[in-house]
Amino acid sequence: MSSREAILGRVRAAIADTPAEPAPIPRAYRRSHLVPGRHAVELFAERVADYRATVTRTDPAGLPAAIAAALAERSVRRLALPDGFPTELLPPGSEWQWHREPLTVPELDRLDGAVTLAAVGIAVTGTIVLDAGPGQGRRALSLVPDYHLCIIRAEQIADDVPDALARLDPTRPLTFVSGPSATSDIELDRVEGVHGPRVLHVIIIEPEQQ
Amino acid sequence: MTNDRGVVWLDTPAFPEAARTALADTQLRANLKRATSTIRDKRLTVAAELDDWEQLRESAAAIKQHTARHLDRYLVQLEEAVTAAGGTVHWAADAAEANRIVTELVQATGESEVVKVKSMATQEIGLNEHLAEHGITAYETDLAELIVQLGDDRPSHILVPAIHKNRTEIRDLFRAEMGHWGQPAPEDLTDEPRELAEAARRHLRQKFLTAKVAVSGANFACADTGTVLVVESEGNGRMCLTLPETLITVMGIEKVLPTWSDLEVFLQLLPRSSTGERMNPYTSAWTGVTEGDGPSAFHLVLLDNGRTDTLADPVGRQTLGCIRCSACLNVCPVFERTGGHAYGSVYPGPIGAVLTPQLVGVEQAASLPFASTLCGACYDACPVKINIPEVLAHLRAKVVEAKDGHTVEGLAMKAAGKVLDSPRLLGAAQKAAALGGRALARDGKIGRLPGPLHGWTDTRDTPAPPAESFRTWWRKNREGGSS
Repeated sequence: MSSREAILGRVRAAIADTPAEPAPIPRAYRRSHLVPGRHAVELFAERVADYRATVTRTDPAGLPAAIAAALAERSVRRLALPDGFPTELLPPGSEWQWHREPLTVPELDRLDGAVTLAAVGIAVTGTIVLDAGPGQGRRALSLVPDYHLCIIRAEQIADDVPDALARLDPTRPLTFVSGPSATSDIELDRVEGVHGPRVLHVIIIEPEQQ
Repeated sequence: MTNDRGVVWLDTPAFPEAARTALADTQLRANLKRATSTIRDKRLTVAAELDDWEQLRESAAAIKQHTARHLDRYLVQLEEAVTAAGGTVHWAADAAEANRIVTELVQATGESEVVKVKSMATQEIGLNEHLAEHGITAYETDLAELIVQLGDDRPSHILVPAIHKNRTEIRDLFRAEMGHWGQPAPEDLTDEPRELAEAARRHLRQKFLTAKVAVSGANFACADTGTVLVVESEGNGRMCLTLPETLITVMGIEKVLPTWSDLEVFLQLLPRSSTGERMNPYTSAWTGVTEGDGPSAFHLVLLDNGRTDTLADPVGRQTLGCIRCSACLNVCPVFERTGGHAYGSVYPGPIGAVLTPQLVGVEQAASLPFASTLCGACYDACPVKINIPEVLAHLRAKVVEAKDGHTVEGLAMKAAGKVLDSPRLLGAAQKAAALGGRALARDGKIGRLPGPLHGWTDTRDTPAPPAESFRTWWRKNREGGSS
């Protein structure tokens, strides 16, 4: 008998005493922990910043300048640019080198950072989710370089985890990012940047106020 | 190192003896107290942010219970979904089979080095040691696991395995050992956590960039979509899960969830319960293989190794709901004082005291169900509502049964049963106890008892029995008295 059949047989024998139809699963928890009246974008910005990430809020017209300011702040010049990234969003000027795929891992390692879009944000937890869609790149792109600048549109921000999971396609490769890489393994002192990017900068694009 | 079922299990010395040694280590106690109280406070703060925490726990417990009751169905569904997405599923009945499968998969790639994401399942089966016997070096890439590996030490906590070491001990270890494994530590390395983390980053970077094979565990796997998840903080997980060509994931069969949307419960409970964060820095989710992104070969090894035996026990099966958050460790008064090593088990603390005896067999880990005060703090902290005190008491009964009542406790209970059955014997015994007890007592307390009873009195005082029993008092004052 194969181990597959053996294990499945043991499982069936082990649960033989249980009722065929178990009690329904209670789902009394909240779909969202956003306090009524609280704006999801406000909370998202606050919670992302709580992880010692930098957060900038801008409107579409201000985006290129916001990107330029973010990169200048950290003197980041050589950046990976994912396929499908809308180049019209990028700041003009020759201070920056945009490196496009295909890039090898050692090439990525020599870059200063990466600029990506995102798939979904989660306000209550301050999380951004990348699903390798256009403008987000494969998973290595936002991982190997030490700096990650992530641009997210306000309408991509879900209130809470249940809503965010419902918006995602689980069959795509997904990365949930909540702040920069961190460890608390040494006396529980939080240290940013062990193996992933040490710096996370999130730019939120909000619709222009009329 | 491993018992006959293949579970890594040290049991030398047994808990009471190991605990006595640990308790004498003041440095260890200081390190532990600081760490556990810090995580406890953080956990309470972020759990309190969710006013439906109890409802989330109820749902989590019910989802796990439901999954266990249909585990055969969900495992088959998971296998189909992973296979359809381009992965390969392997079934391992025990540790030996899982180790053999992983070793052969690595050998088939022609590689002799693997990078590893911290994983309880691979620790449980002693995978690193098994790979080493076959000439394959496994590099642990989680900072704490690296500290443990460099020190030829053992993890002492599920979440923060090097919690027993302070910064100076870690600095000394990095200076002495890193050079033997790869990039040495800088000469002038101080004990600043930031510098230590930087040394680890440099030490491991070359391994990440060149490794062709990675081995991981899994926090969850969704049966409906075949999606597997790893929850982590440092990014070492992302490195291992995406850069190599081959990914081998070893997962206990209890980690399956029915659907992708069930994660909405567990992704809220796990980070808040384990590190006290609203969300952990990184969660990776993948379904089979994706062309042009991540490994081109994915193998999922489904591990039984005693889990179906646990499933067969109506009281003990709830233990399989464990999501390895380690909240129970941080609230346990026993763990806080003895540390994880005293448990002699890959799974320390309250959850280890119930899980290990079930995985290795109660008779082989007989001291662990007693490594607890039954105070219930672990039950309150558990995000999936595992009634750990109930399982502990259940396992204690099994230990006593296994010894066939030939313990002092067993004999005393048998004698007590007889006495309590007979009013005449009870009256006589109470009179004798009052006389004997008062003869032994000093200042109303009984200190040390002679003979085999000293095991009880060594660690606690017993109040002296009253001068007369309630029955005697009643007879004197009420029966035939004024009322």
